[in-house]
Amino acid sequence: MGLELYLDLLSQPCRAVYIFAKKNNIPFTFKPVEVLKGEEGERFGKVNILRRVPALKDGAFTLAESMAILIYLSQKYKTPDHWYPSDIQRRARVDEYLSWQHVAIRANGVKLFWLKLAPEEKLQEAFEDLAVSLKQLEEKFLQDKPFIAGNRISLADLVAITELMQPVAIGYNIFENRPKLSEWRSRVEKFVGKELLQEARKVILSINDLSNMPLFKLFKTFGV
Amino acid sequence: MVVELYLDLLSQPCRSVYIFAKKNNIPFEFKHVELLKGEHLSEEFYKVNLLRKVHALKDGNFTLAESIAILLYLSRKFNTPDHWYPSDVQKRARVDEYLSWQHTAIRAQGCNFYRTKVLMPLLVGKPFPAERLERAVEDLKSTMKQFEEKFLQDKPFIVGNEISLADLVAIVELMQVTGWDVFEGRPKLTEWRHRVEEAIGKELFREAHEVMLNGWLALPEEQGLPPTPKP
Repeated sequence: MGLELYLDLLSQPCRAVYIFAKKNNIPFTFKPVEVLKGEEGERFGKVNILRRVPALKDGAFTLAESMAILIYLSQKYKTPDHWYPSDIQRRARVDEYLSWQHVAIRANGVKLFWLKLAPEEKLQEAFEDLAVSLKQLEEKFLQDKPFIAGNRISLADLVAITELMQPVAIGYNIFENRPKLSEWRSRVEKFVGKELLQEARKVILSINDLSNMPLFKLFKTFGV
Repeated sequence: MVVELYLDLLSQPCRSVYIFAKKNNIPFEFKHVELLKGEHLSEEFYKVNLLRKVHALKDGNFTLAESIAILLYLSRKFNTPDHWYPSDVQKRARVDEYLSWQHTAIRAQGCNFYRTKVLMPLLVGKPFPAERLERAVEDLKSTMKQFEEKFLQDKPFIVGNEISLADLVAIVELMQVTGWDVFEGRPKLTEWRHRVEEAIGKELFREAHEVMLNGWLALPEEQGLPPTPKP
């Protein structure tokens, strides 16, 4: 039966998993889930009791949480060391980013995305929160290194870039006036490859008007 | 040079690091950073952790933030027993899954509860707004349900038969929810808690939680809530 990945490319964590699997030629069956169409029904529920994307099914083994999935894939398929370095200090740097980002970049990026429909003040507040996270990303996690964990790209960069695309997709160019971050972005995108990136971003970049979707459902399904 | 751990035992992530280091006899220097005195905001501490949060590690020139990263680093550097972070890829994935989920679930709701119930009144000198606390409790209840149904199920620990980092990280968060007994009416959870305490060792468990529980007990009486669970 092989590896199955349940993904909705609208979601940042799903994109990170998708890009990682494809980039490393990991054979998998892509099981598209369209969260906004309410496909999180019975079928999907059995795979992932948390009812959130992404989810993995490897024979009888099912797994949720993109961080866990990325690490599992990297270990099982023995992907190149730089993704999740065996050197314990470099690995710690990746773990540090992956841990921090849950309630920082991820939380703030998501807020901005969904708040596009909200009043101006809320949006401004979300923008400011994201700006704080971006500053921390530059000053703490990147500093003067080419990538978060050092000289080579790792899971941390991949997870970060997919999150940052979310606000960009709705017209907030967060890379503007942030030269260091822009350079980092170019390096990451160069490594991943234009084609794979375009493929992964197809859904998010063609997102239509969100205003018709029931907000409650959006927030609930994306776990905001 | 010994590893330095910058901690305030008032904070949940600090407790998990403390317990883990002590339980595994990892030699370290305890550097107390007092949150309530704002020491985490000092220039001195900024050199250790640019994020200005407690639970930080310094190992020679290497500094590290984020308790999950610190726990993993310590487990690797000091080769702690396998059950804490199993080498089996699928068992390990289960630990990773919990450690990832909990950030925006148990931790987030636990923190929200603690902030509303304890920290805010402490800092602003006024009792908590009842409505906010009710909401915090509801969110926490729903998270607890997921915890039991998805992560614990019918197993003795989150990942099979032995304690792991997942259980450790979970228990310190749940202990923060004081003044509302999260374990009441949840026999499965209560049994899990006892197993975790046994595995850690009652003495160490009590020692780690003393600071936080004393802080709680020092507050004026609350209205109409069940008493604090005694360790």
